Amino acid sequence: MKKLLLAASAASLLAGAWLAPAQAEYLKEHRGGTIRLLARSAAGTLDPHINYTDQGWQMYQPIYDGLVTFRKAEGVDGFSVVPDLAEALPTVSNDGKTFTFKLRKGIKFSNGQDLGVKDVVASFQRIFKVSGPTSGTFYAGIVGADKCLADTKSCTLEGGVVADEAAGTITLNLTKPDAEILYKLALPHAVILPADTPTEDMGSKPIPSTGPYMISAFDPNKGMTVSRNPNFKQWSEEAQPDGYPDVVQYDFGLSEEAAVTAIQNGEADWMFDALPSDRLGELGSKSMDQLHISPLSAWWYAPLNTRMAPFDNEKARQAVAYAVDRNTLVKLFGGKVLASPVCQVLPPDFPGHEDYCPFTKNPGAKWSAPDVDKAKQLVEESGTKGQKVTIIVEDTAISRSIGVYLQSVLTSIGYVADVKPISSNLQFTYIQNTNNKVQMSVTQWYKDYPAASDFLNILFSCASYREGSDASINISGFCDKDIDAQMQKALDLGVTDQKAADKLWAAIDKQVTDKAPAVGLFTPKRLDFVSKRIGNFKFNPQFNWIITQSWVQ
Amino acid sequence: MASLAVFLILVLACFSAPLYAKWAGTDPFASTLDAVIQIDGADVPVMEQSTEGLGLGYTPIGPTWRLGNYFLGADSQGRDVMARLLYGGLNSLLISGAATIFTLIFGTMAGLIAGYFGGITDTVLSRLLDVLWAFPIYLLAISLSIVTIAQGIAIGPIEIQSGSLWLPVIIIGIVYIPYVARPIRGQVLALRHSEFVLAAINLGVPGWRILWRDILPNITTTLIVFVPLMMALNMLTESALSFLSIGVQPPAASWGTIIQDGQALLYTRPLVALVPGLAIAVSVMALNVFGDGLRDALDPRSKVRLGRD
Repeated sequence: MKKLLLAASAASLLAGAWLAPAQAEYLKEHRGGTIRLLARSAAGTLDPHINYTDQGWQMYQPIYDGLVTFRKAEGVDGFSVVPDLAEALPTVSNDGKTFTFKLRKGIKFSNGQDLGVKDVVASFQRIFKVSGPTSGTFYAGIVGADKCLADTKSCTLEGGVVADEAAGTITLNLTKPDAEILYKLALPHAVILPADTPTEDMGSKPIPSTGPYMISAFDPNKGMTVSRNPNFKQWSEEAQPDGYPDVVQYDFGLSEEAAVTAIQNGEADWMFDALPSDRLGELGSKSMDQLHISPLSAWWYAPLNTRMAPFDNEKARQAVAYAVDRNTLVKLFGGKVLASPVCQVLPPDFPGHEDYCPFTKNPGAKWSAPDVDKAKQLVEESGTKGQKVTIIVEDTAISRSIGVYLQSVLTSIGYVADVKPISSNLQFTYIQNTNNKVQMSVTQWYKDYPAASDFLNILFSCASYREGSDASINISGFCDKDIDAQMQKALDLGVTDQKAADKLWAAIDKQVTDKAPAVGLFTPKRLDFVSKRIGNFKFNPQFNWIITQSWVQ
Repeated sequence: MASLAVFLILVLACFSAPLYAKWAGTDPFASTLDAVIQIDGADVPVMEQSTEGLGLGYTPIGPTWRLGNYFLGADSQGRDVMARLLYGGLNSLLISGAATIFTLIFGTMAGLIAGYFGGITDTVLSRLLDVLWAFPIYLLAISLSIVTIAQGIAIGPIEIQSGSLWLPVIIIGIVYIPYVARPIRGQVLALRHSEFVLAAINLGVPGWRILWRDILPNITTTLIVFVPLMMALNMLTESALSFLSIGVQPPAASWGTIIQDGQALLYTRPLVALVPGLAIAVSVMALNVFGDGLRDALDPRSKVRLGRD
């Protein structure tokens, strides 16, 4: 692992050196102006240790920094981890359990305070003190995390995060090796905040930042103003490049229809929310040059409850997987340009992905057509014909239409099906709670970081299933001891040999797909509609459009 | 009478929904995204893909103005909007009608008991009605719907499945009980002290018999006037709940759910949302005008009062 990391570090330095002149030139020419963004609503709390939304994470990129970060680049390069506040990627010792970072010198927060190792220690403690949503999962492997999770207020992470003021180093000790720890440290939940930041959810109060921008005003009902951080000096272009616009103005409250019109009229530059489906045809023909279609590491799927009839029967689950016409679902989502049919769990171009589709007319690598006859035969064989199935969907146009379509499919293969749309705010937790006895639902999963475990281990491991909890992300209740053991083996293998681990993940993906605890529906793509004046649009696979790397003048 | 005629035409049209769907050979509840229809001898897909530029999105076919062949076009699932409109109207009418009967039965019972027996019975019932009435109608209906939408209702032997049309009937029926019970109670209070009722009491006639034989017939006029007015109110409430996805559940239709479906097509196919909206407006207006006429006809004193004003 150590060798791999050093190689990655050298490569990133080379890439940075190659990019530098171009950016410096462009900065002179295009620096300044205001980028105006629109969203129907704010993304919740401003606190980066708590906010767990795409909208928030995207906006944090030019504002906050961690010890490491994902490279601000397009394509697969954007999935690589590079040093950010740390001078280099960490040295790894103690059989992969100890990571030592050296902190860069001379970095200041937007409030003028110097960044020091004490801020790093306090920030790691704060992840637990504010009960961050991933404190019990992503960061639970840090030594002392168990005590912090049990008693958040008195969290010290003693022995877990150790600072050496004189040497300017921070040592992170884990209870066991974790091949994905750098990805986890590169997420906004592990950004470094001033040590005196209150250990409570800061809500609408901006926290000082180290990046080229800072949040200068925020009203959850109106908007957010992001302006330049006067104390920022670029230290790494690949980690935290200086931005082009002077101000990013993010306004909330406009409907999607109104946002499209505002962008068309040049009154705004971009909208966060999905484009309204009835405007797609018009925009796709008249405003092609303003549209950017980018792949997403995401999965639209229909979890089937493996602990309840009829889907406690494997044949019944496979029947649904055979019967679903993915082309129809792609149509509902806006067409082949915006989505691709899928059978398996891991999205295309994702670590561990190998094309695989057993539930199609001609089983093989890719989905081709539904096999309704086979589905009907499986329903007969399972003895579940005529049983009642309720599909729980989100109360959004697309989710509702997918639910209605799936209801038609289930009816056609012999079930008595109905659809229940539930408010989008509630549906995701509702379908997780086993007390609600959800048989089938429609939902989506977007990666946290580029690792197969972020799909397979999180969505289908026995540990992810919790009776009666709103946070039982294994919605299918799937638990196969053999597959579970293989997942653990793949996680361990990743520490020393990621390629071999990915091979194993590919095999696990196939096994999980065969058991059909969920029906893969399609892989969506991101469609960004920008104003005519936006230049240098760059899409990062981890955090989407890199807003401040575009210019408006 | 014109308003009654308009309403009856709508009712007849809606009750013909199954016949229309059979004649048109369409299933208004199944997704038919790949369907192809014939117009003037040419094959036309129900969902048309944009062929220009990036080819983004699918647009449902617009009105063909040919009865039995996507007369009002298709919705985002490729379903015949005309067939769904008729089925939707049928459900809206059934729900509002049944909820009206529910409200009138329970509202009348509450009003009769509270007004006739008075004392502690009246106090308890009236306060209960006040509590119910204190909630904003839509807020109460939405809250009850959200609670029952996923699991249905199971109280002892009474079990109503979550997708049942009885759920919106009961919810709408409950929230409007005070609307009927309070004026009925007022009327019964007045009748309770009228000479013929006092005479019956003095003759030893049992209370239930007085209520049934002497008081109820005297409030029948009010109840009849309530019917169209309550139906109009219930239709609006049902549409609102269905629009918010907490009334009639997909794939079943009501005018509210069709408006919701049409909301995502306002830019390209505005008729999908406009036509059911218009149907609601016409029905409610017809019922209100008919209700007013009925009141004038059955209560000539209100005309006299109006004339004196």
